Amino acid sequence: MRRLATMIVIAIIACGAEPAAAERLVVSLSNHRVAVTSNFVGEELVLFGTVEPEPASRSLRPPYDLVVTVTGPRQTLRTRRKQRVLGIWVNVDSREFVRVPSYLAILSNRPVTDIANQDTLRRLQVGLDNFLLPQRIGSDFADTVRDDPFRRSFLRLQTQQGLYRESATAVTFLTPTVFRAAIAMPAAVPTGSYGIEVELFAGGALAARTNSALDVIKTGFEQYVADAARDWGLLYGMATALMALLIGWFASIIFARD
Amino acid sequence: MQIYLPIADLPVNVFLVLGMGLAVGYISGMFGIGGGFLMTPLLIFIGITPAVAVATVSSHIAASSFTGALSYWRKRALDVALALMLLSAGIVGTATGVWLFTELRSLDQLDLAIGLSYVTLLTIVGIMMIYESVRAIMRTRHGMPATLRRPGSHTWLHGLPFKLRFKRSKIYVSAIPVWAIGFVIGFVGAIMGIGGGFLLVPMLIYFLRVPTATVIGTSMVLTLVTMASATVMHAATNHLVDAVLALILMVGGVIGAQFGARTGQKMRGERLRLLLGLLVFAVGCRFAYELVVKPDDLYSIRYVRSG
Repeated sequence: MRRLATMIVIAIIACGAEPAAAERLVVSLSNHRVAVTSNFVGEELVLFGTVEPEPASRSLRPPYDLVVTVTGPRQTLRTRRKQRVLGIWVNVDSREFVRVPSYLAILSNRPVTDIANQDTLRRLQVGLDNFLLPQRIGSDFADTVRDDPFRRSFLRLQTQQGLYRESATAVTFLTPTVFRAAIAMPAAVPTGSYGIEVELFAGGALAARTNSALDVIKTGFEQYVADAARDWGLLYGMATALMALLIGWFASIIFARD
Repeated sequence: MQIYLPIADLPVNVFLVLGMGLAVGYISGMFGIGGGFLMTPLLIFIGITPAVAVATVSSHIAASSFTGALSYWRKRALDVALALMLLSAGIVGTATGVWLFTELRSLDQLDLAIGLSYVTLLTIVGIMMIYESVRAIMRTRHGMPATLRRPGSHTWLHGLPFKLRFKRSKIYVSAIPVWAIGFVIGFVGAIMGIGGGFLLVPMLIYFLRVPTATVIGTSMVLTLVTMASATVMHAATNHLVDAVLALILMVGGVIGAQFGARTGQKMRGERLRLLLGLLVFAVGCRFAYELVVKPDDLYSIRYVRSG
Protein backbone atom coordinates (compact mmCIF):
# COMPACT_ATOMS: atom_id res chain seq x y z
CA MET A 1 0.00 0.00 0.00
CA ARG A 2 2.81 2.34 0.99
CA ARG A 3 4.67 1.48 -2.21
CA LEU A 4 1.61 2.39 -4.28
CA ALA A 5 1.32 5.69 -2.46
CA THR A 6 4.99 6.46 -3.15
CA MET A 7 4.49 5.68 -6.81
CA ILE A 8 1.52 8.01 -7.02
CA VAL A 9 3.52 10.78 -5.38
CA ILE A 10 6.39 10.21 -7.82
CA ALA A 11 3.96 10.25 -10.73
CA ILE A 12 2.46 13.53 -9.54
CA ILE A 13 5.91 15.08 -9.15
CA ALA A 14 6.90 13.82 -12.61
CA CYS A 15 3.78 15.38 -14.11
CA GLY A 16 4.48 18.59 -12.26
CA ALA A 17 7.99 18.69 -13.73
CA GLU A 18 6.59 18.55 -17.25
CA PRO A 19 6.21 21.95 -18.82
CA ALA A 20 2.75 23.48 -18.90
CA ALA A 21 1.47 22.86 -22.39
CA ALA A 22 1.85 25.93 -24.54
CA GLU A 23 3.95 24.62 -27.41
CA ARG A 24 4.09 21.40 -29.29
CA LEU A 25 6.97 20.10 -31.41
CA VAL A 26 6.43 18.41 -34.77
CA VAL A 27 9.58 16.84 -36.16
CA SER A 28 10.51 14.69 -39.13
CA LEU A 29 13.77 12.92 -39.84
CA SER A 30 15.17 12.71 -43.39
CA ASN A 31 15.95 9.02 -42.99
CA HIS A 32 15.12 6.57 -40.20
CA ARG A 33 17.50 3.91 -41.39
CA VAL A 34 21.23 4.37 -42.01
CA ALA A 35 22.72 1.45 -43.92
CA VAL A 36 26.41 0.74 -43.36
CA THR A 37 27.67 -0.78 -46.60
CA SER A 38 31.18 -1.67 -47.73
CA ASN A 39 31.81 1.84 -49.03
CA PHE A 40 30.21 3.68 -46.09
CA VAL A 41 32.14 6.86 -45.26
CA GLY A 42 29.62 8.47 -42.93
CA GLU A 43 26.30 10.15 -43.55
CA GLU A 44 24.49 13.32 -42.59
CA LEU A 45 20.87 13.12 -41.52
CA VAL A 46 18.60 16.11 -41.31
CA LEU A 47 15.86 16.62 -38.75
CA PHE A 48 13.19 19.17 -39.67
CA GLY A 49 10.61 20.51 -37.29
CA THR A 50 8.21 23.26 -36.35
CA VAL A 51 6.92 24.72 -33.13
CA GLU A 52 3.11 24.66 -32.93
CA PRO A 53 0.93 26.31 -30.30
CA GLU A 54 -0.82 23.87 -27.94
CA PRO A 55 -3.77 24.27 -27.67
CA ALA A 56 -4.09 26.00 -31.04
CA SER A 57 -5.61 29.12 -29.50
CA ARG A 58 -2.50 29.85 -27.41
CA SER A 59 0.01 32.29 -28.80
CA LEU A 60 3.65 31.44 -29.31
CA ARG A 61 6.41 33.14 -27.34
CA PRO A 62 9.59 33.27 -29.39
CA PRO A 63 12.58 33.43 -29.37
CA TYR A 64 13.04 29.71 -28.84
CA ASP A 65 16.13 27.60 -28.29
CA LEU A 66 16.40 24.02 -29.38
CA VAL A 67 18.59 21.17 -28.19
CA VAL A 68 18.70 17.82 -30.03
CA THR A 69 20.33 14.92 -28.17
CA VAL A 70 21.10 11.82 -30.23
CA THR A 71 22.16 8.72 -28.30
CA GLY A 72 23.49 5.52 -29.83
CA PRO A 73 23.13 1.99 -28.46
CA ARG A 74 24.51 1.57 -24.95
CA GLN A 75 27.97 0.10 -24.43
CA THR A 76 30.26 -0.54 -21.52
CA LEU A 77 33.70 0.92 -22.18
CA ARG A 78 36.86 0.96 -20.14
CA THR A 79 39.11 3.99 -20.00
CA ARG A 80 42.70 3.14 -19.13
CA ARG A 81 45.50 5.39 -17.97
CA LYS A 82 49.17 4.75 -18.68
CA GLN A 83 51.93 5.46 -16.23
CA ARG A 84 55.68 4.94 -16.38
CA VAL A 85 56.71 1.76 -14.59
CA LEU A 86 60.38 0.71 -14.66
CA GLY A 87 61.00 2.96 -17.64
CA ILE A 88 58.14 1.77 -19.83
CA TRP A 89 54.57 3.02 -20.20
CA VAL A 90 52.01 0.60 -18.79
CA ASN A 91 48.22 0.73 -18.27
CA VAL A 92 48.05 1.01 -14.51
CA ASP A 93 44.60 2.32 -13.75
CA SER A 94 41.22 1.93 -15.42
CA ARG A 95 37.57 2.91 -14.98
CA GLU A 96 34.59 1.21 -16.49
CA PHE A 97 31.92 3.48 -17.98
CA VAL A 98 28.80 1.39 -17.63
CA ARG A 99 26.03 1.46 -20.22
CA VAL A 100 27.03 4.77 -21.78
CA PRO A 101 25.94 5.78 -25.31
CA SER A 102 28.27 4.54 -28.03
CA TYR A 103 27.31 7.67 -29.99
CA LEU A 104 26.28 10.95 -28.44
CA ALA A 105 25.54 14.19 -30.27
CA ILE A 106 24.27 17.28 -28.51
CA LEU A 107 23.19 19.78 -31.13
CA SER A 108 21.83 23.23 -30.41
CA ASN A 109 21.28 26.61 -32.02
CA ARG A 110 23.63 28.35 -29.58
CA PRO A 111 25.92 27.22 -26.73
CA VAL A 112 23.84 25.24 -24.23
CA THR A 113 25.26 27.30 -21.36
CA ASP A 114 23.51 30.37 -22.90
CA ILE A 115 20.19 28.55 -23.29
CA ALA A 116 19.40 27.75 -19.66
CA ASN A 117 21.01 27.98 -16.26
CA GLN A 118 23.33 25.29 -14.89
CA ASP A 119 20.70 23.68 -12.63
CA THR A 120 18.25 23.23 -15.49
CA LEU A 121 20.94 21.85 -17.82
CA ARG A 122 22.13 19.45 -15.13
CA ARG A 123 18.60 18.24 -14.35
CA LEU A 124 17.75 17.68 -18.03
CA GLN A 125 21.21 16.26 -18.82
CA VAL A 126 21.74 18.79 -21.59
CA GLY A 127 25.31 19.14 -22.88
CA LEU A 128 28.29 16.78 -22.74
CA ASP A 129 29.28 18.12 -19.32
CA ASN A 130 25.85 17.37 -17.89
CA PHE A 131 25.16 14.06 -19.56
CA LEU A 132 25.04 11.20 -17.08
CA LEU A 133 28.00 8.85 -17.60
CA PRO A 134 27.91 6.27 -14.80
CA GLN A 135 31.27 4.80 -13.82
CA ARG A 136 31.90 1.68 -11.85
CA ILE A 137 34.29 2.47 -9.05
CA GLY A 138 34.90 -0.71 -7.11
CA SER A 139 31.41 -2.02 -6.46
CA ASP A 140 29.69 1.37 -6.68
CA PHE A 141 28.09 2.98 -9.69
CA ALA A 142 28.19 6.73 -9.86
CA ASP A 143 28.82 9.63 -12.14
CA THR A 144 31.74 11.64 -10.84
CA VAL A 145 32.38 15.35 -10.83
CA ARG A 146 32.62 17.02 -14.22
CA ASP A 147 36.38 17.55 -14.12
CA ASP A 148 37.24 14.00 -13.07
CA PRO A 149 40.31 13.16 -15.23
CA PHE A 150 38.87 9.84 -16.40
CA ARG A 151 35.57 11.42 -17.41
CA ARG A 152 37.33 14.29 -19.18
CA SER A 153 39.67 11.92 -21.06
CA PHE A 154 36.79 9.64 -21.97
CA LEU A 155 34.86 12.56 -23.50
CA ARG A 156 37.98 13.84 -25.26
CA LEU A 157 38.81 10.43 -26.82
CA GLN A 158 35.22 9.80 -27.90
CA THR A 159 35.07 13.30 -29.39
CA GLN A 160 38.31 12.70 -31.32
CA GLN A 161 36.74 9.57 -32.80
CA GLY A 162 33.76 11.65 -33.92
CA LEU A 163 31.50 9.52 -31.72
CA TYR A 164 30.68 12.24 -29.22
CA ARG A 165 30.07 15.78 -30.30
CA GLU A 166 28.59 18.96 -29.03
CA SER A 167 27.75 21.55 -31.64
CA ALA A 168 26.24 24.95 -31.02
CA THR A 169 25.70 25.55 -34.75
CA ALA A 170 24.08 22.31 -35.92
CA VAL A 171 20.56 23.59 -35.27
CA THR A 172 19.30 26.46 -37.43
CA PHE A 173 16.03 28.32 -37.04
CA LEU A 174 14.77 28.98 -40.57
CA THR A 175 11.93 31.11 -39.22
CA PRO A 176 11.31 31.77 -35.50
CA THR A 177 9.31 28.51 -35.38
CA VAL A 178 10.77 26.29 -38.14
CA PHE A 179 14.13 24.61 -37.54
CA ARG A 180 16.50 22.10 -39.05
CA ALA A 181 19.20 20.06 -37.29
CA ALA A 182 22.10 18.33 -39.06
CA ILE A 183 23.09 15.00 -37.48
CA ALA A 184 26.52 13.85 -38.67
CA MET A 185 27.22 10.11 -38.51
CA PRO A 186 30.95 9.27 -38.72
CA ALA A 187 32.25 6.34 -40.79
CA ALA A 188 32.87 4.27 -37.66
CA VAL A 189 29.28 4.78 -36.41
CA PRO A 190 28.15 1.95 -34.09
CA THR A 191 25.24 -0.12 -35.33
CA GLY A 192 21.98 -0.40 -33.42
CA SER A 193 18.99 1.68 -32.35
CA TYR A 194 19.42 5.39 -31.78
CA GLY A 195 17.20 7.65 -29.74
CA ILE A 196 16.63 11.31 -30.64
CA GLU A 197 15.39 13.67 -27.98
CA VAL A 198 14.29 17.14 -29.08
CA GLU A 199 13.91 19.77 -26.35
CA LEU A 200 12.51 23.22 -26.88
CA PHE A 201 13.46 26.02 -24.49
CA ALA A 202 11.71 29.34 -24.07
CA GLY A 203 13.14 31.95 -21.75
CA GLY A 204 15.59 29.50 -20.18
CA ALA A 205 12.95 26.90 -19.28
CA LEU A 206 11.90 23.69 -20.97
CA ALA A 207 8.81 24.42 -23.09
CA ALA A 208 8.23 21.18 -24.99
CA ARG A 209 9.95 17.93 -25.85
CA THR A 210 9.48 15.10 -28.29
CA ASN A 211 11.26 11.92 -29.36
CA SER A 212 12.24 10.24 -32.55
CA ALA A 213 14.42 7.26 -33.39
CA LEU A 214 16.59 5.82 -36.10
CA ASP A 215 18.41 2.57 -36.80
CA VAL A 216 21.95 2.12 -38.02
CA ILE A 217 22.33 -1.28 -39.59
CA LYS A 218 25.07 -3.13 -41.38
CA THR A 219 23.66 -4.49 -44.59
CA GLY A 220 24.52 -7.20 -47.02
CA PHE A 221 27.93 -8.75 -46.91
CA GLU A 222 29.28 -6.77 -43.91
CA GLN A 223 26.36 -7.82 -41.76
CA TYR A 224 26.75 -11.41 -42.86
CA VAL A 225 30.46 -11.51 -42.03
CA ALA A 226 30.03 -9.79 -38.66
CA ASP A 227 27.16 -12.11 -37.68
CA ALA A 228 29.08 -15.20 -38.77
CA ALA A 229 32.17 -14.16 -36.78
CA ARG A 230 30.11 -13.63 -33.65
CA ASP A 231 27.65 -16.51 -33.83
CA TRP A 232 29.64 -19.27 -35.53
CA GLY A 233 33.19 -18.42 -34.51
CA LEU A 234 34.60 -21.90 -35.11
CA LEU A 235 33.04 -22.33 -38.56
CA TYR A 236 33.98 -18.79 -39.50
CA GLY A 237 37.59 -19.45 -38.49
CA MET A 238 37.67 -22.66 -40.51
CA ALA A 239 36.24 -20.86 -43.54
CA THR A 240 38.88 -18.12 -43.22
CA ALA A 241 41.67 -20.71 -42.91
CA LEU A 242 40.28 -22.54 -45.94
CA MET A 243 40.20 -19.27 -47.88
CA ALA A 244 43.89 -18.78 -46.97
CA LEU A 245 44.75 -22.24 -48.29
CA LEU A 246 42.80 -21.69 -51.50
CA ILE A 247 44.51 -18.38 -52.21
CA GLY A 248 47.91 -19.90 -51.43
CA TRP A 249 47.13 -22.79 -53.76
CA PHE A 250 45.87 -20.51 -56.58
CA ALA A 251 49.03 -18.43 -56.31
CA SER A 252 51.23 -21.48 -56.57
CA ILE A 253 49.38 -22.60 -59.73
CA ILE A 254 49.34 -19.18 -61.39
CA PHE A 255 52.96 -18.42 -60.64
CA ALA A 256 54.33 -21.97 -61.00
CA ARG A 257 57.80 -21.83 -62.50
CA ASP A 258 59.73 -24.89 -63.51
CA MET B 1 38.56 3.37 -52.62
CA GLN B 2 37.32 2.92 -49.08
CA ILE B 3 36.07 -0.42 -47.86
CA TYR B 4 34.42 -1.10 -44.52
CA LEU B 5 36.04 -3.87 -42.45
CA PRO B 6 33.25 -5.77 -40.67
CA ILE B 7 35.24 -6.98 -37.63
CA ALA B 8 37.81 -4.22 -37.25
CA ASP B 9 34.75 -1.92 -37.60
CA LEU B 10 36.45 0.82 -39.54
CA PRO B 11 36.81 1.84 -43.17
CA VAL B 12 40.23 1.49 -44.81
CA ASN B 13 41.61 2.31 -48.22
CA VAL B 14 41.72 -0.91 -50.27
CA PHE B 15 44.79 0.17 -52.21
CA LEU B 16 46.71 1.06 -49.06
CA VAL B 17 46.08 -2.37 -47.54
CA LEU B 18 46.75 -4.11 -50.86
CA GLY B 19 50.00 -2.15 -51.16
CA MET B 20 51.00 -3.20 -47.64
CA GLY B 21 50.28 -6.81 -48.60
CA LEU B 22 52.42 -6.46 -51.74
CA ALA B 23 55.34 -4.83 -49.89
CA VAL B 24 55.37 -7.32 -47.04
CA GLY B 25 54.84 -10.17 -49.54
CA TYR B 26 57.86 -8.95 -51.50
CA ILE B 27 60.03 -9.00 -48.38
CA SER B 28 58.68 -12.36 -47.29
CA GLY B 29 59.37 -13.89 -50.71
CA MET B 30 62.86 -12.42 -50.74
CA PHE B 31 63.86 -13.87 -47.36
CA GLY B 32 61.67 -16.97 -47.33
CA ILE B 33 59.75 -15.84 -44.22
CA GLY B 34 56.06 -15.21 -43.49
CA GLY B 35 56.46 -11.50 -42.77
CA GLY B 36 54.06 -11.40 -39.84
CA PHE B 37 56.54 -9.41 -37.74
CA LEU B 38 56.20 -6.60 -40.31
CA MET B 39 52.51 -6.92 -41.15
CA THR B 40 51.16 -6.87 -37.59
CA PRO B 41 52.93 -3.57 -36.68
CA LEU B 42 51.83 -2.02 -40.01
CA LEU B 43 48.18 -2.87 -39.35
CA ILE B 44 48.42 -1.45 -35.83
CA PHE B 45 49.93 1.68 -37.36
CA ILE B 46 46.92 2.27 -39.69
CA GLY B 47 44.57 2.12 -36.71
CA ILE B 48 43.53 -1.51 -36.45
CA THR B 49 43.57 -2.67 -32.82
CA PRO B 50 46.54 -4.92 -31.91
CA ALA B 51 44.16 -7.75 -31.04
CA VAL B 52 42.43 -7.76 -34.46
CA ALA B 53 45.79 -7.29 -36.23
CA VAL B 54 47.40 -10.30 -34.51
CA ALA B 55 44.39 -12.54 -35.13
CA THR B 56 43.97 -11.52 -38.78
CA VAL B 57 47.63 -11.68 -39.78
CA SER B 58 47.73 -15.37 -38.81
CA SER B 59 45.42 -16.19 -41.74
CA HIS B 60 47.52 -14.03 -44.08
CA ILE B 61 50.67 -15.96 -43.11
CA ALA B 62 48.84 -19.26 -43.58
CA ALA B 63 48.17 -18.29 -47.22
CA SER B 64 51.72 -17.21 -48.05
CA SER B 65 53.34 -20.17 -46.30
CA PHE B 66 51.03 -22.57 -48.14
CA THR B 67 52.24 -21.19 -51.49
CA GLY B 68 55.83 -21.61 -50.30
CA ALA B 69 55.31 -25.08 -48.87
CA LEU B 70 53.72 -26.28 -52.14
CA SER B 71 56.70 -25.20 -54.21
CA TYR B 72 59.14 -26.85 -51.77
CA TRP B 73 56.96 -29.98 -51.83
CA ARG B 74 57.30 -30.14 -55.60
CA LYS B 75 61.08 -29.89 -55.25
CA ARG B 76 60.95 -32.59 -52.53
CA ALA B 77 62.77 -30.13 -50.28
CA LEU B 78 60.82 -30.71 -47.09
CA ASP B 79 60.97 -33.25 -44.29
CA VAL B 80 57.43 -34.41 -43.57
CA ALA B 81 58.37 -36.54 -40.55
CA LEU B 82 60.22 -33.68 -38.87
CA ALA B 83 57.42 -31.24 -39.72
CA LEU B 84 54.82 -33.56 -38.13
CA MET B 85 56.92 -33.91 -34.95
CA LEU B 86 57.28 -30.12 -34.68
CA LEU B 87 53.57 -29.73 -35.37
CA SER B 88 52.37 -31.99 -32.58
CA ALA B 89 54.03 -29.58 -30.15
CA GLY B 90 53.26 -26.49 -32.25
CA ILE B 91 49.49 -26.95 -31.88
CA VAL B 92 49.81 -27.21 -28.08
CA GLY B 93 51.96 -24.06 -28.14
CA THR B 94 49.37 -22.20 -30.24
CA ALA B 95 46.51 -23.23 -27.95
CA THR B 96 48.50 -22.04 -24.90
CA GLY B 97 49.29 -18.79 -26.71
CA VAL B 98 45.64 -18.12 -27.64
CA TRP B 99 44.60 -18.83 -24.04
CA LEU B 100 47.20 -16.38 -22.65
CA PHE B 101 46.17 -13.83 -25.33
CA THR B 102 42.55 -13.96 -24.05
CA GLU B 103 43.67 -13.66 -20.41
CA LEU B 104 45.96 -10.68 -21.08
CA ARG B 105 43.22 -8.97 -23.05
CA SER B 106 40.83 -9.11 -20.12
CA LEU B 107 43.56 -7.68 -17.86
CA ASP B 108 44.13 -4.70 -20.23
CA GLN B 109 47.75 -5.74 -20.67
CA LEU B 110 47.61 -7.30 -24.13
CA ASP B 111 49.10 -4.31 -25.96
CA LEU B 112 51.96 -4.18 -23.48
CA ALA B 113 52.63 -7.92 -23.77
CA ILE B 114 52.66 -7.69 -27.59
CA GLY B 115 55.01 -4.69 -27.44
CA LEU B 116 57.39 -6.26 -24.94
CA SER B 117 57.57 -9.57 -26.82
CA TYR B 118 58.36 -7.72 -30.04
CA VAL B 119 61.11 -5.69 -28.41
CA THR B 120 62.82 -8.63 -26.70
CA LEU B 121 62.54 -11.12 -29.49
CA LEU B 122 63.28 -8.88 -32.46
CA THR B 123 66.23 -6.97 -30.98
CA ILE B 124 67.94 -10.16 -29.77
CA VAL B 125 67.34 -12.14 -32.97
CA GLY B 126 68.22 -9.08 -35.09
CA ILE B 127 71.56 -8.56 -33.32
CA MET B 128 72.41 -12.27 -33.63
CA MET B 129 71.65 -12.25 -37.36
CA ILE B 130 73.62 -9.06 -38.01
CA TYR B 131 76.61 -10.44 -36.05
CA GLU B 132 76.57 -13.78 -37.87
CA SER B 133 76.16 -12.31 -41.37
CA VAL B 134 78.81 -9.59 -40.87
CA ARG B 135 81.27 -12.29 -39.82
CA ALA B 136 80.39 -14.30 -42.93
CA ILE B 137 80.86 -11.24 -45.15
CA MET B 138 84.24 -10.52 -43.51
CA ARG B 139 85.34 -14.08 -44.15
CA THR B 140 84.54 -13.81 -47.89
CA ARG B 141 86.53 -10.55 -47.98
CA HIS B 142 89.53 -12.53 -46.68
CA GLY B 143 89.08 -15.09 -49.41
CA MET B 144 87.55 -17.83 -47.25
CA PRO B 145 84.29 -19.69 -48.06
CA ALA B 146 81.26 -17.73 -46.87
CA THR B 147 79.31 -20.65 -45.54
CA LEU B 148 79.80 -21.53 -41.92
CA ARG B 149 81.50 -24.78 -41.22
CA ARG B 150 78.77 -27.05 -39.95
CA PRO B 151 79.58 -26.90 -36.23
CA GLY B 152 80.68 -30.00 -34.28
CA SER B 153 78.30 -32.82 -34.95
CA HIS B 154 77.51 -33.52 -31.29
CA THR B 155 76.26 -31.19 -28.54
CA TRP B 156 74.52 -31.89 -25.25
CA LEU B 157 71.24 -31.93 -27.15
CA HIS B 158 72.32 -35.15 -28.77
CA GLY B 159 72.72 -36.80 -25.36
CA LEU B 160 68.99 -36.52 -24.58
CA PRO B 161 66.75 -39.62 -24.66
CA PHE B 162 63.84 -40.52 -27.05
CA LYS B 163 66.02 -40.35 -30.12
CA LEU B 164 64.39 -40.35 -33.53
CA ARG B 165 65.79 -40.65 -37.03
CA PHE B 166 64.62 -38.19 -39.71
CA LYS B 167 65.64 -39.74 -43.01
CA ARG B 168 65.15 -36.86 -45.42
CA SER B 169 67.07 -34.40 -43.24
CA LYS B 170 69.65 -37.09 -42.40
CA ILE B 171 69.59 -36.29 -38.66
CA TYR B 172 69.27 -38.47 -35.56
CA VAL B 173 68.08 -36.35 -32.61
CA SER B 174 66.09 -36.53 -29.40
CA ALA B 175 62.37 -35.71 -29.59
CA ILE B 176 62.68 -33.30 -26.62
CA PRO B 177 64.36 -30.36 -28.42
CA VAL B 178 62.09 -30.93 -31.43
CA TRP B 179 58.99 -30.63 -29.24
CA ALA B 180 60.42 -27.66 -27.36
CA ILE B 181 61.09 -25.75 -30.58
CA GLY B 182 57.63 -26.59 -31.97
CA PHE B 183 55.97 -25.41 -28.74
CA VAL B 184 57.90 -22.13 -28.59
CA ILE B 185 57.11 -21.28 -32.23
CA GLY B 186 53.39 -22.06 -31.85
CA PHE B 187 53.19 -20.09 -28.59
CA VAL B 188 55.05 -17.00 -29.82
CA GLY B 189 53.10 -17.02 -33.07
CA ALA B 190 49.72 -16.90 -31.35
CA ILE B 191 50.72 -14.06 -28.99
CA MET B 192 52.60 -11.91 -31.50
CA GLY B 193 50.85 -12.62 -34.78
CA ILE B 194 54.00 -13.91 -36.43
CA GLY B 195 54.62 -17.19 -38.22
CA GLY B 196 58.03 -17.47 -36.62
CA GLY B 197 59.88 -18.47 -39.79
CA PHE B 198 62.71 -16.08 -39.03
CA LEU B 199 63.10 -17.77 -35.62
CA LEU B 200 62.46 -21.35 -36.65
CA VAL B 201 64.99 -21.54 -39.49
CA PRO B 202 68.01 -20.56 -37.31
CA MET B 203 66.75 -22.81 -34.48
CA LEU B 204 66.50 -25.83 -36.77
CA ILE B 205 69.96 -25.15 -38.24
CA TYR B 206 71.80 -24.45 -34.99
CA PHE B 207 70.06 -26.76 -32.51
CA LEU B 208 69.00 -29.72 -34.66
CA ARG B 209 71.58 -29.42 -37.46
CA VAL B 210 68.86 -29.70 -40.10
CA PRO B 211 70.57 -29.27 -43.52
CA THR B 212 69.75 -26.11 -45.51
CA ALA B 213 68.19 -28.23 -48.27
CA THR B 214 65.13 -29.13 -46.18
CA VAL B 215 65.04 -26.40 -43.54
CA ILE B 216 62.94 -23.70 -45.26
CA GLY B 217 60.37 -26.13 -46.67
CA THR B 218 59.96 -27.83 -43.29
CA SER B 219 59.67 -24.48 -41.51
CA MET B 220 56.94 -23.42 -43.94
CA VAL B 221 54.86 -26.52 -43.21
CA LEU B 222 55.05 -25.77 -39.49
CA THR B 223 54.20 -22.10 -40.06
CA LEU B 224 51.27 -23.09 -42.26
CA VAL B 225 49.66 -25.42 -39.74
CA THR B 226 50.28 -23.27 -36.64
CA MET B 227 48.94 -20.16 -38.39
CA ALA B 228 45.90 -21.94 -39.86
CA SER B 229 45.04 -23.33 -36.43
CA ALA B 230 45.73 -19.95 -34.79
CA THR B 231 43.19 -18.45 -37.22
CA VAL B 232 40.56 -21.01 -36.23
CA MET B 233 41.27 -20.65 -32.49
CA HIS B 234 41.34 -16.83 -32.53
CA ALA B 235 38.06 -16.84 -34.46
CA ALA B 236 36.41 -19.32 -32.11
CA THR B 237 37.51 -17.73 -28.81
CA ASN B 238 38.03 -14.02 -29.40
CA HIS B 239 35.95 -13.39 -32.59
CA LEU B 240 38.68 -11.08 -33.85
CA VAL B 241 39.60 -12.43 -37.29
CA ASP B 242 38.57 -9.99 -40.02
CA ALA B 243 38.04 -12.07 -43.15
CA VAL B 244 37.72 -9.06 -45.47
CA LEU B 245 41.00 -7.57 -44.25
CA ALA B 246 42.64 -11.01 -44.44
CA LEU B 247 41.50 -11.48 -48.04
CA ILE B 248 43.00 -8.17 -49.23
CA LEU B 249 46.26 -8.89 -47.40
CA MET B 250 46.50 -12.41 -48.82
CA VAL B 251 45.97 -11.34 -52.41
CA GLY B 252 48.64 -8.64 -52.09
CA GLY B 253 50.94 -10.95 -50.15
CA VAL B 254 51.01 -13.90 -52.54
CA ILE B 255 51.63 -11.64 -55.56
CA GLY B 256 54.38 -9.67 -53.83
CA ALA B 257 56.04 -12.88 -52.66
CA GLN B 258 56.55 -14.06 -56.26
CA PHE B 259 58.53 -10.95 -57.18
CA GLY B 260 60.41 -10.99 -53.88
CA ALA B 261 61.51 -14.57 -54.44
CA ARG B 262 63.10 -13.60 -57.78
CA THR B 263 65.05 -10.75 -56.18
CA GLY B 264 66.10 -13.01 -53.31
CA GLN B 265 67.56 -15.63 -55.63
CA LYS B 266 69.87 -13.05 -57.21
CA MET B 267 71.37 -12.00 -53.88
CA ARG B 268 74.14 -13.69 -51.94
CA GLY B 269 73.03 -15.60 -48.81
CA GLU B 270 75.04 -13.66 -46.23
CA ARG B 271 74.00 -10.27 -47.69
CA LEU B 272 70.38 -11.40 -47.54
CA ARG B 273 70.79 -12.45 -43.89
CA LEU B 274 72.39 -9.11 -43.01
CA LEU B 275 69.50 -7.21 -44.59
CA LEU B 276 66.93 -9.36 -42.79
CA GLY B 277 68.85 -8.94 -39.52
CA LEU B 278 68.82 -5.15 -39.90
CA LEU B 279 65.10 -5.19 -40.72
CA VAL B 280 64.25 -7.37 -37.72
CA PHE B 281 66.37 -5.19 -35.44
CA ALA B 282 64.79 -1.98 -36.77
CA VAL B 283 61.25 -3.24 -36.11
CA GLY B 284 62.34 -4.25 -32.58
CA CYS B 285 63.75 -0.75 -31.95
CA ARG B 286 60.55 0.85 -33.22
CA PHE B 287 58.55 -1.07 -30.59
CA ALA B 288 61.11 -0.22 -27.89
CA TYR B 289 60.79 3.47 -28.78
CA GLU B 290 57.02 3.30 -28.40
CA LEU B 291 57.26 1.69 -24.96
CA VAL B 292 59.88 4.07 -23.59
CA VAL B 293 58.81 7.42 -25.04
CA LYS B 294 55.93 9.16 -23.32
CA PRO B 295 52.81 8.44 -25.39
CA ASP B 296 50.88 11.37 -26.90
CA ASP B 297 47.85 10.29 -24.99
CA LEU B 298 48.06 8.57 -21.62
CA TYR B 299 44.44 7.52 -21.83
CA SER B 300 42.86 4.94 -24.10
CA ILE B 301 39.43 3.34 -24.38
CA ARG B 302 38.68 -0.34 -24.72
CA TYR B 303 35.31 -1.81 -25.64
CA VAL B 304 34.10 -4.16 -22.89
CA ARG B 305 30.64 -5.28 -23.99
CA SER B 306 27.44 -3.95 -25.51
CA GLY B 307 24.74 -2.91 -23.08
